[in-house]
Amino acid sequence: MDRLHLSQHISRQFNSEIEDVRRQVLAMGGLVEEQIAAALHVLVGRDAAASAAIRERERRVNAAEVAIDEQCAYILARRQPAASDLRLVLAVMKMLSDLERIGDEAKRIAKMAEKLVGEESGAEVTASLAELGSLARGMLRGALDAFARLDEQLALEVMRRDRHIDETYRSLFVVLVARMQQQPEQIPTELDRLWCARSLERIGDRCKNLCEFVLYLVRGKDVRHSGLAKSDAPPAL
Amino acid sequence: MLSVVPESADIAAAADAPDMADVALQTFALSLRYGRRQALSAVDLAVPRRRITALIGPSGSGKSSLLRCLNRLNDEIADAHVEGRVLVGDIDAYAKDTLLHDLRRRVGMVFQRPNPFPLSIHDNVAYGLRLLGIRRRRELDERIEAALQAAALWDEVAARLDESAFHLSLGQQQRLVIARAIAVEPEILMLDEPASALDPAATLRFEELLHELAQRYTLLLVTHNMQQAARVSDFTAFLHQGRLVEFGDTDALFTNPRERQTEDFITGRYG
Repeated sequence: MDRLHLSQHISRQFNSEIEDVRRQVLAMGGLVEEQIAAALHVLVGRDAAASAAIRERERRVNAAEVAIDEQCAYILARRQPAASDLRLVLAVMKMLSDLERIGDEAKRIAKMAEKLVGEESGAEVTASLAELGSLARGMLRGALDAFARLDEQLALEVMRRDRHIDETYRSLFVVLVARMQQQPEQIPTELDRLWCARSLERIGDRCKNLCEFVLYLVRGKDVRHSGLAKSDAPPAL
Repeated sequence: MLSVVPESADIAAAADAPDMADVALQTFALSLRYGRRQALSAVDLAVPRRRITALIGPSGSGKSSLLRCLNRLNDEIADAHVEGRVLVGDIDAYAKDTLLHDLRRRVGMVFQRPNPFPLSIHDNVAYGLRLLGIRRRRELDERIEAALQAAALWDEVAARLDESAFHLSLGQQQRLVIARAIAVEPEILMLDEPASALDPAATLRFEELLHELAQRYTLLLVTHNMQQAARVSDFTAFLHQGRLVEFGDTDALFTNPRERQTEDFITGRYG
């Protein structure tokens, strides 16, 4: 879909440069999504074997970030883009750093989860972590879809999902703190779980940023710090 | 008073529009035909005072035709037919009692190719001043120096004012033509592709000069170079097929134009 007519430049070369950047961002997003899935596999599936693949993929994510950033710099220097082309390049450059940091969070989760593989966490906490993970992963997929389709409604919908993650995180926080009070010797382990939950919650925040850049790209308006997701909410079903 | 914002504009456009108390030149439903060919259709444009306004648009969109209406250069063309109003300050450009030479003193013009007169540097700048009746040597010299200073040319020509203007480089000739135009203290300076014959460094110096001139004059700049419009102007007007499609703050127009036609033009898409 090409709502902003990004592929209708007179210069076909420019069309392919723009298209290439979009494709690369989506590919990098796909890698980051795999990172989250792998981290969850360690955390919830208790399979430490995924860790090596995560470190390998991390290198590819970082390389993609540098390559796309460079491509954006070339476009700025050579094409002097304006309007939606300019907004695309600016949005991509900002999205890159959020994507890369989502990858970092995933790596951090996997690292802590490795230590937790042998520890019994209880059904309730495991379920909460799994839910947080699935929400975070879903938000990333939604943000990438919104970017691919330039779909502002989807971007808004994904932004609103962040509240759900925050609530789930807060409930889990209460449970983990209570367990620490009851069994102080378990504090280090519970803290690792808490940090994993915290990282998943941060992924939600970063996905929200990604959606804000999609909205900037589509609407030409910076919606950061504007409470836009709330004000644009459709009537409750 | 008529609305000064193009009819299709929304509230955002009104926010972009300049403060009307500070409009140097304004057109109301300005239309122009050359014989049967419609060159301009109902253009409503308010040009902010002491700002640089760029006119952009494809070839044949009416940019130069619009300039030619503003100082009535079209009067010289037999089958040109103008409708609507042009106000320069509070002077109605097409009113019967408006004196053509007075209008053209108020609205100066600089063309694409520098067109110095076959006279000395000094006499090029003195030309308009003499037409205004200024004869005293001392006053002439003072105003010539001031104009050449303002056009950033004085330091390069002070020692050779009696040389032919044709001895100057293209960039210097273009600045000389500007000095000649501003010597008579116009209210508005119109420039039609003024930098297109200049090399990149001379172009940048020329753009710097435009910024300085905008402290004192209202500048209306026609350019084919989109990046130049983006670099130097405060406001931009986009014309297409003789219509004013969009007018607004340059920052807004180049990052988030309101009209699809503007977007297509400034991003080099199929129109």
